[in-house]
Amino acid sequence: METIRYENGYPGGPANGYGSEFPNPFLTEHIVLRNRDYPDIGQIDEYMRRGGYEVARKALTTMQPSAIIDEVKKSGLRGRGGAGFPTGVKWGFIPKDITPKYLVCNADESEPGTFNNHEVIDFNPHQMIEGMIMSGFAVGATTGYIYIRGEYAYGARNLERAIREAYDKGFLGQKLWGTDFDFDLYVHRGAGAYICGEETALLESLEGKIGQPRLKPPFPAVAGLYAKPTVVNNVETLANVPMIIERGADWFRSYGTEKSPGTKAISISGHVKRPGNFEIPLGITMRQFIYELADGIRDGHELKFLIPGGASANWLINTPEHLDLPLTWDDLAAKGTMLGSGAVVVLDDSTCVVAASMKVDEFFKHESCGKCTPCREGTHFLVKVWERIEHGKGRASDIPLLNDLGKEMLGKCFCPLGESAVSPVASALKYFADEIRQHIELGRCPLGASHPMPHVAAAEGSAYTGAAMPPAR
Amino acid sequence: MLADTYASEIAAILSRYPIKKSAVLPLCYIAQDEYGYLNIDHIQEVADILDMPYTDVYEVATFYSLIYDQPVGKWVLQVCDDNPCCFTGAEELVADLEQRLGIQAGETTPDGLFTLQRVKCIGACHRAPVMQANLEFLYDVTPDQVPGMLEDLAQKVQRGETLSVSGRFAEK
Ligand SMILES: Cc1cc2nc3c(=O)[nH]c(=O)nc-3n(C[C@H](O)[C@H](O)[C@H](O)COP(=O)(O)O)c2cc1C
Ligand code: SF4
Ligand code: FES
Repeated sequence: METIRYENGYPGGPANGYGSEFPNPFLTEHIVLRNRDYPDIGQIDEYMRRGGYEVARKALTTMQPSAIIDEVKKSGLRGRGGAGFPTGVKWGFIPKDITPKYLVCNADESEPGTFNNHEVIDFNPHQMIEGMIMSGFAVGATTGYIYIRGEYAYGARNLERAIREAYDKGFLGQKLWGTDFDFDLYVHRGAGAYICGEETALLESLEGKIGQPRLKPPFPAVAGLYAKPTVVNNVETLANVPMIIERGADWFRSYGTEKSPGTKAISISGHVKRPGNFEIPLGITMRQFIYELADGIRDGHELKFLIPGGASANWLINTPEHLDLPLTWDDLAAKGTMLGSGAVVVLDDSTCVVAASMKVDEFFKHESCGKCTPCREGTHFLVKVWERIEHGKGRASDIPLLNDLGKEMLGKCFCPLGESAVSPVASALKYFADEIRQHIELGRCPLGASHPMPHVAAAEGSAYTGAAMPPAR
Repeated sequence: MLADTYASEIAAILSRYPIKKSAVLPLCYIAQDEYGYLNIDHIQEVADILDMPYTDVYEVATFYSLIYDQPVGKWVLQVCDDNPCCFTGAEELVADLEQRLGIQAGETTPDGLFTLQRVKCIGACHRAPVMQANLEFLYDVTPDQVPGMLEDLAQKVQRGETLSVSGRFAEK
């Protein structure tokens, strides 16, 4: 593992994954996680030594905006923030005749299990800034905001440092590279609200309001920030742009699959031996990802289930049908789940399904923005029922109740957050109904895990050992 | 008063946006660092600077979890107990901190030094158990580090170091 930077005797500093000492058998060269190959690429001089900002210069001085959009369209780049919508197509929706226009980088990243943007923000910020300059030029936006979650305080400072460096070199500000194009870039810190990752809630938040999603249409492309045309793109999406323009759409398409071209930085956490971020060519299988990159499940245990795309996704289980699924948007969607923002949470056979489901729904309950009733009330209800079962007070009627609650929420929530709260319900009931039933009947966890939390007997691999057991709550 | 003490910082913030209201979160952060939390008077001050109705700032201050509407300690310790951290040591870390600090999660120590909170995913799930102290990350926390860490944080307060519960300060 990498060395931890110690600040004042305890570990601090930026989140890292694995460096160049760990070769990635699926890629000869990292694209988004380039800090793996060039650890100092976060400094502008090193970034420029590697050709950085040269692409933006060439693009702004020799290309038409429409040519950049066309190249991105041809590359087939799909948004890395979750929905996988084609980026070039989105840019094409921006009306030409309305000014000003805005470009917003979505660096909110709060989906449990997701930390791939974190690495780019901490270690490769110039690539996303260069991507923003080029994207801004392509769509005609003259102001950019990076909306970063409040918890990434180091990341925000690091971005501000990188932005200062870029201003000092004249890569931001007025008349970039002698052209007529002006581009200003600012960091805006959120303050702890997952829903602000949803693009319209993000825009509300950036306008100084509480982060509640807006009704669509109008889409941000037409009426976004301050009711002006706005492109909202994820960190990784924007970080891909310079490489696509530098090397061309065909090069980009040499990675990945026909419908999911390129690479994707994917976070893996939980009970694997080597949790962290890994950049993969889209299309390798879940099995390859878990067993070859993350080194498989911790010793003495077996895979129980995994959440493939952050907390919102329906679960997959330990079957060849699921493990041999190629990691692409469409293959996962075909199995009723999703690639989402690229987060794989792996849980082994020591994990209590009730506790895990409760945790997922606790998250959604905590993060519900309160705008619509099915989500605001539904998430509370779900957690109540899970808690009851978890604490040994479950009722036989709880299983149909969970089912009904899920049905009442699906299709009735204002935004996807509410629907996501149903995924653990649907998944746990689909694959582990017997375990839940047993949990209810026995009035305790059938796996013998101590309840309430922690659910996992201090198994080897548990990062914290020797601590006091928690008092019963 | 914030408007005077932080005049240049506030002016710089306002210059980034076409409307004043967009500066509400950055200004709430400044107010929070100055006063420790936001009460009605502090909220009114922010509202006055931004020409916003008091209720609009109040709404924001209570919506976002990093804006505190009650006094917090000099150090806010936030442990992620979300999936997957809770299955890789976070619950044990919370319990350990509760015992050492003599408080339950959600409470502040009587000396006003530490507030302990359970929080949702902070984006470092691979390095659990993970926590933040005033929004600075502490990764891979092990039991033997905890006493030294608490001692170190307490000493910073004793030395009178300027702290930001909002994680606002630039490169120290
Ligand atoms: C509840 C919710 C949370 C989201 N959180 C994020 C996020 O943290 N980061 C992100 O880039 N996109 C997030 N999205 C997706 C955004 O709404 C949007 O689709 C994305 O930023 C568009 O960028 P892309 O086209 O580059 O993917 C979220 C969506 C929903 C519904
Ligand atoms: S589904 Fe939940 S998060 Fe989305 S608008 Fe409704 S209450 Fe808000
Ligand atoms: S789940 Fe704890 S940091 Fe992500």
